[in-house]
Amino acid sequence: MTVMKNTIKNMKKSTKSNLITYGMVIVAYIIVQIFSTTGNLSSMMQGLLVPLCIYVIAAVSLNLVVGFSGELSLGHAGFMCIGAYVSAFFSSCVGDALPGPLRFLFAILIGAAVAGIFGILIGIPVLRLRGDYLAIVTLAFGEIIKNLMNVLYIGIDGSGLHIQASDGGALVLDAGGKVIVNGALGITGTPKDSTFTIGVIIILITLFIVQNLVNSRSGRAIMAIRDNRIAAESIGINITKYKLMAFSISAALAGVAGVLYSHNLATLTVKKFDYNTSIMILVFVVLGGIGNIRGSIIAAVILTALPELLRGLSDYRMLIYAIVLVAMMLFNWAPAAISWRERMKEKIAERRKHQTKEAA
Amino acid sequence: MAMLEVNNLSISFGGLHAVDGFSMKIEKGELYGLIGPNGAGKTTVFNLLTGVYKPDEGIVLLDGKDITGHSTMDINKEGIARTFQNIRLFKAMSVLDNVKAGLHNHHAYNTLTGILRLPKYFQTEKEMNQKAHEILKVFDLDQEAEVLASNLPYGKQRKLEIARALATDPKLLLLDEPAAGMNPNETQELMDTICFVQKHFHMTILLIEHDMKLVGGICEELTVLNFGQVLTQGKTADVLNDPVVIKAYLGE
Amino acid sequence: MSFISHLINGISLGSVYAIIALGYTMVYGIAKMLNFAHGDVIMIGAYVVFTSMTGMGLNPILSILLSMVVCTVLGVVIERIAYKPLRNAASPLAVLITAIGISYLLQNVALLLFGAGAKTFTNVVTFPSISLAGGKLTITGVTIVTILACIVIMVGLSLFVGKTKPGRAMQAVSEDRGAAQLMGVNVNGTIALTFAIGSALAAIAGVLLCSAYPSLTPYTGAMPGIKAFVAAVFGGIGSIPGAMIGGILLGIIELLSKAYISSQVADAIVFAVLIVVLLIKPTGLFGKNIQEKV
Repeated sequence: MTVMKNTIKNMKKSTKSNLITYGMVIVAYIIVQIFSTTGNLSSMMQGLLVPLCIYVIAAVSLNLVVGFSGELSLGHAGFMCIGAYVSAFFSSCVGDALPGPLRFLFAILIGAAVAGIFGILIGIPVLRLRGDYLAIVTLAFGEIIKNLMNVLYIGIDGSGLHIQASDGGALVLDAGGKVIVNGALGITGTPKDSTFTIGVIIILITLFIVQNLVNSRSGRAIMAIRDNRIAAESIGINITKYKLMAFSISAALAGVAGVLYSHNLATLTVKKFDYNTSIMILVFVVLGGIGNIRGSIIAAVILTALPELLRGLSDYRMLIYAIVLVAMMLFNWAPAAISWRERMKEKIAERRKHQTKEAA
Repeated sequence: MAMLEVNNLSISFGGLHAVDGFSMKIEKGELYGLIGPNGAGKTTVFNLLTGVYKPDEGIVLLDGKDITGHSTMDINKEGIARTFQNIRLFKAMSVLDNVKAGLHNHHAYNTLTGILRLPKYFQTEKEMNQKAHEILKVFDLDQEAEVLASNLPYGKQRKLEIARALATDPKLLLLDEPAAGMNPNETQELMDTICFVQKHFHMTILLIEHDMKLVGGICEELTVLNFGQVLTQGKTADVLNDPVVIKAYLGE
Repeated sequence: MSFISHLINGISLGSVYAIIALGYTMVYGIAKMLNFAHGDVIMIGAYVVFTSMTGMGLNPILSILLSMVVCTVLGVVIERIAYKPLRNAASPLAVLITAIGISYLLQNVALLLFGAGAKTFTNVVTFPSISLAGGKLTITGVTIVTILACIVIMVGLSLFVGKTKPGRAMQAVSEDRGAAQLMGVNVNGTIALTFAIGSALAAIAGVLLCSAYPSLTPYTGAMPGIKAFVAAVFGGIGSIPGAMIGGILLGIIELLSKAYISSQVADAIVFAVLIVVLLIKPTGLFGKNIQEKV
């Protein structure tokens, strides 16, 4: 026992913090499972579990870019979109030729790989831009991807694969052919492979990748570039390589979030992948604390659940959501609010001191 | 062979000859001073040597190798490390991590090894920690290893920058006004540290300063820069007594 | 003929983008923040005109003036309550996210007040259409007024910024806020003034936009807001002529792609052009290239 205590004591601060984050996720999972098996989980909450996982993964992966690489990306939903479409396409094509779990594993790997490749392709030209310019270009990429998916038609028949990009024109297929991607109507009939358990496992893997990356040589290089690009160059760090690494790993993980998304719904359309979703994920990251992974998770869970929990307030729920968001931002970030909080903390601490003195 | 040989280095910005026909030679293990009034082009020389700017003309040879026009990153890999006049630390990283970032190219493992925590990760990180602590000890910073760089007092931030540069294991160390903003005590202490680094690591050092007294104390040779051109260069004592130099500094 | 007609419509739509983009660009230049709620101020402006005309029977000119007053007050209040406290926040992202929160807020307030259904906006422009080339080419009154309004605003704004004392204060604050403050410029007042002007312009843009595209919903402002933001970046964010030219080019590209390529991918083409421009000229067409001093 004491040995264990000592190992914990001697652990690096970052390692301890990482373990707390894993622990938090696992405990939350167990609690949900207990509620679920005892029948205490409303069907609304049941339906929310996979989306929660999706947004947690998206938020943690975006934090890699925003928090650790220090770049503002407003196109994260675009990478989710790619992951979702590619994997749904794959699963629809494969159908029952592969057993479910194996098919889903491949779908995840394919979604991650293709989104990651897009991350590299987009990252190479755009990562030269700085700050707000990068933000607008990533937003533009997200919208372009959404737009293109809207006019994409893919079908399969006896003579092979038919790909067509048009304004609402239907595919001409042989008898017995099957439309897989149907333009703005998207992909229907993707197997519902996403489950809460798989979602949590992927969250843990995402945490493993991001946290270990951050606390490694490459992570130091990424953060060094964020803190001071010129100094990082002067000590021989390859700026392009590490910016691209953070961006593409983040894109791949967002792609996995997209895979979970497309395998959770019967119909996949691009509507959900517009800049509003990208912004929402950014809100999770900033509200949870830029560069704070645990914060991203908590913010993603609360802000995804909040509108659902407020459903009783019907029309007012999004209004309340907006007010809460602005209020929380001001409370968390305004210098005046921060110093007020510090003063309050001191006051409470002082009062406590007094009380203990008087008690003695 | 000289450690650094610069021939006829020139750059102009919009018609202004910031550095014009600059040449110098630094022998291995030497502590060399580059001095001159404000705006003389000293920092521009550093920026040219480290690839921040590409020269319009001229050649830079490091240890006999032509590094003219190479990128900043490659020049560091070739063996030039520097500090900055306006401190450029990795502020949100710990003191230890700042130095470990400097060790980036010398204690390497790939990203996958880092993510998967393979044995090589632990082994290399351990080496890096040891090496970083060793360097920090030289600058009396090892007690503050876990402190955030931005929370260090000013004088120690300057020292940390030198430590980080040294971690890249350079052949030539460029220090841009390392004592700027320090009080006389701190300055003296820093100069002692620089001399120690020169002896202990057999380091070749080129140092920018505009406090002549200070430079005179430790540098073996000097180059005086004025309006982008070399005013005079040679042994410290000779240079400091040169009437041209006195005129450039004090006016007529 | 149809090409010229598309072109003129493009210039007209672009003029609306330009007016919105001016608001973006001025605020960015001075407060160094992307005001994501700007598009929603447009929507509020349009609703004010709609209500005062169809609900209260006010005449168009009075309605527009009322809308400008409401938007100006709204803009200044938003700045004071939501943005000013975050001006010195540790990360510039804080105020960006707050602006997004304000955007949601405005949309949902409009949703509660006016409902989700689209309101049919009555055209406020009574200017007659012009027929050219023997009736083959018709230019609507809205188009003419929009283009004229854009030119007047652009010239007026340039004169204001260049020639007047508060205008020069704006330039000073955008160049170096700290130094401007030391020189006795009222920084808070100048920033508030910028928001006021930007929001008043948003009201005008709202009216013009809805006169040309008469369906008004709580989300009407969002996409034109984003497009105008793109236009501002396109022209070089912070530059007044840049916003103008960026806006007009964007409008032309959008309408020509809709006419000749595909209406579905028109937005994708607009965004692709933006990316190409930024890759060639990373600070936009008229943006200043600032190199970090080492």
